[in-house]
Amino acid sequence: MTMCNSCQQDAEEKYAELKKVLTKYHNDPESLIVALHEAQLIFGYLPRDVQIHIAEALNVPISEVYGVVTFYSLFSTVPKGRNKITVCMGTACYVKGAGDILEALKENLKIDVGETTEDGVFTLESARCVGACSLAPVVMVNGEVHSEFTAQDIPELIRGYRAAQDPAEKRSDLH
Amino acid sequence: MGQKEYLKNQQREVLQNCGLINPENIREYIARDGYQAMGRVLTSCQPQDVIEQIKKSGLRGRGGGGFPTGRKWEYAARAVNEDKYIICNGDEGDPGAFMDRSVMEGDPHAVLEGMVIAGYAIGAHRGYIYVRAEYPVAVERMELAIKQARELGLVGKNIFSSGFDFDIEVRLGAGAFVCGEETAMLNSIAGKRGEPRPRPPFPAVAGLFHKPTVINNVETLANVGRIFLKGPEYFAGIGTEKSKGTKVFALAGKINNTGLIEVPMGVTLRSIIFDIGGGIQKGRKFKAVLIGGPSGGCIPEDHLDAPIDYDSLLKLGAMMGSGGLIVMDESDCMVDIAKFFLEFTQDESCGKCTPCRVGTKRMHEILQRITIGEGKEEDISLLKRLAEDIRKSSLCGLGQTAPNPVLSTLRFFEEEYLAHIRDKHCPAGVCSRLVRFEIIPEKCTACSICARICPVEAISGEPKKPPYFIHQGICIKCGACQAKCPFSAIAKI
Ligand SMILES: Cc1cc2nc3c(=O)[nH]c(=O)nc-3n(C[C@H](O)[C@H](O)[C@H](O)COP(=O)(O)O)c2cc1C
Ligand code: FES
Repeated sequence: MTMCNSCQQDAEEKYAELKKVLTKYHNDPESLIVALHEAQLIFGYLPRDVQIHIAEALNVPISEVYGVVTFYSLFSTVPKGRNKITVCMGTACYVKGAGDILEALKENLKIDVGETTEDGVFTLESARCVGACSLAPVVMVNGEVHSEFTAQDIPELIRGYRAAQDPAEKRSDLH
Repeated sequence: MGQKEYLKNQQREVLQNCGLINPENIREYIARDGYQAMGRVLTSCQPQDVIEQIKKSGLRGRGGGGFPTGRKWEYAARAVNEDKYIICNGDEGDPGAFMDRSVMEGDPHAVLEGMVIAGYAIGAHRGYIYVRAEYPVAVERMELAIKQARELGLVGKNIFSSGFDFDIEVRLGAGAFVCGEETAMLNSIAGKRGEPRPRPPFPAVAGLFHKPTVINNVETLANVGRIFLKGPEYFAGIGTEKSKGTKVFALAGKINNTGLIEVPMGVTLRSIIFDIGGGIQKGRKFKAVLIGGPSGGCIPEDHLDAPIDYDSLLKLGAMMGSGGLIVMDESDCMVDIAKFFLEFTQDESCGKCTPCRVGTKRMHEILQRITIGEGKEEDISLLKRLAEDIRKSSLCGLGQTAPNPVLSTLRFFEEEYLAHIRDKHCPAGVCSRLVRFEIIPEKCTACSICARICPVEAISGEPKKPPYFIHQGICIKCGACQAKCPFSAIAKI
């Protein structure tokens, strides 16, 4: 795939940053999970090529890196949307109707859990308790807690984040 | 008045600093006698005395199982090895619990102090705090606390000039419930897949990097400093004969006062739910309280006067677990909740052993069938048989306890299962395929709103000639009519 200049530059910067991170963990297989966390912060997800870089630096077989990436639910091998909507499906939220909220969000965004909208603005996820059970049901957007959430709050929430999307930035991200 | 009732039955020991001190300033912790116990222990106690004192206090693990902490330390202390480790379990996997999060965020130094004392007792020089990545604030606070303690020489080399070295590091989880299990956690800290392994060897003999290791829960460790500050007798004076001290619970669900509470062991669930919790929301009727999360069970009205301690809860087929209490009212379906937990354990099963990987899947399928009205009477005995097999043959605690929510709901609410199976009816009105919507003739004004909103044209009638009628054969039970009826004339049965 060809990239435009600014994306090429962007990718180069990210790999430079990754390289910096990996020098800390050189030949240190025990730091695999930490390294993956940091790499995911840089790239937003863990593409195959990044996994290979990590495997080589830490001296871990790539199969093992892949095994760890797929074992833990917070690691992703596919890119995520710019805004992450997480519906808490822990017990406290579930008994307060989190299931209905999740269904309504799926319908509104027209995606399933774990998927990203076509325009790349939203990724929908579900979590197992975010530790705010007394505010249940809870929905998090980019780590920010929306408490005592109801399905009626959805349209406004979505509209807010879509409006905040700078159209210029949106174009340059489309690759 | 509410406030008084709320506080009357509580006793703040572990939570004594939470919300009172600035957790990002070590001096505020020190001002409240923090690190004093550690100083005394390191400079004037032999490791063996430390273990004896903990045994005398009667402290038992707050992470679920309730294993006596003194004995756990003793095993690790006896193991001969240059390198030993202390691990603080801050994974808090029980969905619906947030006690450990609050302690790590509100009083991080109490956790560190407990770890250093534990390290001294068993002869370890390194500790890890394993925190789930879903708790970024807890991670930040713990890291800051370690940095500040290190700067003051309270963690690191030659603490209090005692010659004892102990350093602490935070390790992050990555979203796997099974990593709360101790042998799985050992793998995860070492950067591997968090799969458990058979025990023995126990971690006290061969743990992290195959070295003797003590794994303790956050709340267990947060109790340690206080035991030395106030004396083991003080601690042993709180609670019941076999369960000492206080326990922090996270109250959530259909209850008026939600939040963290701390009570002496041995208080009744009734007192927690109705005095402290202020009773059920919306004036509804209490149905059951879930305790112990996906490994625990439910406790119905009849048993609310049982004292909360490790042993009474086990007798009731539940368990203390980490301290999540979720209250359910008459509008909650017990079969649905059992299915919810099985879906959780099935999803979180690491897949290493067959009974857990396949068994929980089969149980979940049966429950799924029951909740959509396709259950058979034999399903109940099949569930019980599967439960027994999974319990006996699973590799780790996840599988061994996964059937508990099913067994427990069957024990107290079998008639609810039977209603789903025989009458194809969900008494609580939760399982959507097993409810009916009906128009209440006396309330219907024939406004025709329901007929217009119905997506499948299942409602008919003539305007201004009540009542309208719902054709059950066509109805898809979406509930849209009930939500829109201005006269509350549609009932869910
Ligand atoms: C599937 C599973 C999940 C667990 N999750 C946790 C947890 O989140 N936090 C915890 O402290 N203990 C958890 N435990 C219990 C730990 O394995 C271990 O017994 C405990 O941390 C020991 O500490 P304690 O003796 O201080 O209670 C879990 C056990 C199992 C089987
Ligand atoms: S169950 Fe949703 S925040 Fe705990």
